[in-house]
Amino acid sequence: MNSGQKTFDSVIALSAVFVALVFVVACLAPWIAPYGLGGMESQQMLQTPSPSHWMGTDGLGRDLLTRILYGARVSLAVGLGTALISLLLGTTYGLLAGFKGGNWDHLLMRVVDIFYGLPDMLIFILLSLLFGRNIGGLLVALGLVGWVRFARIARGQVLQTKELLFVESARALGASRGRILLWHILPNIVGPVIVTLTFSIPSAILAESTLSFIGIGINDPYSSWGTSWGTLAQDGYRAMRSYPHMIAFPAAAIFLTILSFNTLGNGLRDLLDPKQK
Amino acid sequence: MLHLLLKRCLHGLLVLWVVATLTFLLLRIAPGGPFDSERKLPPEVIANLEAKYHLDEPLWRQYLRYLGGVAHGDLGPSYKYLDRGVTEIIAETLPTSLVLGSLAMLFAVLVALPAGLLAAYFRNSLIDRCCMSVAALGISLPNFVLGALLIWGVALQLGWLQIGRWDDWSSVILPTITLAAAPTAFLAALLRSTLIETMGEDFVRTARAKGLKEIWVIAKHALLHSLIPVLTVMGPLAAALLTGSFVVEYVFAIPGMGRFFITAVTDRDYPLIMGVTLVYTTLLVGANLIVDLLYGLVDPRIIRVE
Repeated sequence: MNSGQKTFDSVIALSAVFVALVFVVACLAPWIAPYGLGGMESQQMLQTPSPSHWMGTDGLGRDLLTRILYGARVSLAVGLGTALISLLLGTTYGLLAGFKGGNWDHLLMRVVDIFYGLPDMLIFILLSLLFGRNIGGLLVALGLVGWVRFARIARGQVLQTKELLFVESARALGASRGRILLWHILPNIVGPVIVTLTFSIPSAILAESTLSFIGIGINDPYSSWGTSWGTLAQDGYRAMRSYPHMIAFPAAAIFLTILSFNTLGNGLRDLLDPKQK
Repeated sequence: MLHLLLKRCLHGLLVLWVVATLTFLLLRIAPGGPFDSERKLPPEVIANLEAKYHLDEPLWRQYLRYLGGVAHGDLGPSYKYLDRGVTEIIAETLPTSLVLGSLAMLFAVLVALPAGLLAAYFRNSLIDRCCMSVAALGISLPNFVLGALLIWGVALQLGWLQIGRWDDWSSVILPTITLAAAPTAFLAALLRSTLIETMGEDFVRTARAKGLKEIWVIAKHALLHSLIPVLTVMGPLAAALLTGSFVVEYVFAIPGMGRFFITAVTDRDYPLIMGVTLVYTTLLVGANLIVDLLYGLVDPRIIRVE
């Protein structure tokens, strides 16, 4: 193992720690946040970081650290929720396409191609008009875009796997098609699907924070869940000239979270699929 | 070749039609109308507005009317900007977005090509690791964060460039870098990995065996071969640039189509949303068509197979 490999490993370990931290923060936000979510103090407006407000306060006197801690819940909920929806939709679709083969496969994948070619953000925005700008609607919109990746991966893996000898022998032993699909093919595509899952979490987080930043994301200013980091960054962006701390912290939170998930995904890919390295 | 071109064009038209139809339906069933406002309008006014925009007709007739208009280049009236049609608004704002997008694409290719080459040539060295770490950071950095960072650092702190204007060459620098960053990083990493893979191929060994210098082996033989995967991602990359332009135009207050799209979404200005969506799709279909043709140039085998 050379030194480059060691640095790489420690970077992955660091990312894993950060991801775990985001999880913990999201779960425990009400207990670890220094202030209440709705707490505003008109005497404490627009303060720069200080011992009583580590990340300063915003234009309404709300503690920024508290808002960022709560915001982790929005990001994680969106990331995980989207990943799960895309996983279920896409994997089922891809499995069917790959397993059926022939004209079915051709037709199903043509639909995937059309979706794949369109800009994600365009589809999110159009769908968000339909489903409304709440967390549920956003999850559905993001999921309806994200499934395409899973469909492609799952189908490709099925096509590869179903020609392998152990599948042929199962077939020769008289296993039903459903049994082959569930017991022999599915377990063999788990690796690449997990890698895709790891990468789809940060892209959902990125999409959500971007939409919130440009003002067409989740539109629920008094949510008991917390406010999206993207919305916090947008607030900060408006006040950036005089109060750069207001954008610095939310932006850092978004960047570090996405970076950690991506790094973790790369590490997992190398681990589960050494061929690709 | 002609056959291939025709087939691709037809496929492109099909995609456009599907997108137009789906968007049309989607916007009709979306809750909330364009004339919902804080104050409730009297029913007569609403009836008049609906009659003016043909919203009182049956759905299929509205749909046919819209498709007919699109075929003639008329994207309908805007609900928000009463004095201008959608076609006019797009004609005014599209050039700005195209300039920004093309500059970003150029930037991405011009930076990613040498960076990928260097990283592959000096693989596993310090240069390689630096390039790839920067690329990893670039892929994870949201463009609104980068844009804000550049505005804060370069424009506000250093005072080198002005922001909030779009009139001379200096005002395009920061938006171009912001838009191009993620595609550049992605392209460089992709080029590096394909180059390294290609280096193991037989024809590369032959080139080495005949005594070519390593740098020429890479630049002439391996690079050409590695362009195919790079071309493959050019279509999705064009999509990424289009999407990025919403955000970059918002951050830098550039009067392009993306910014109008975002305001159209908040205003529920349906004809404008549909028009912009169609233009984006057309651009994408066009980009993919060009990529397909370039494929044929880079690898003539593809045409013969088709």
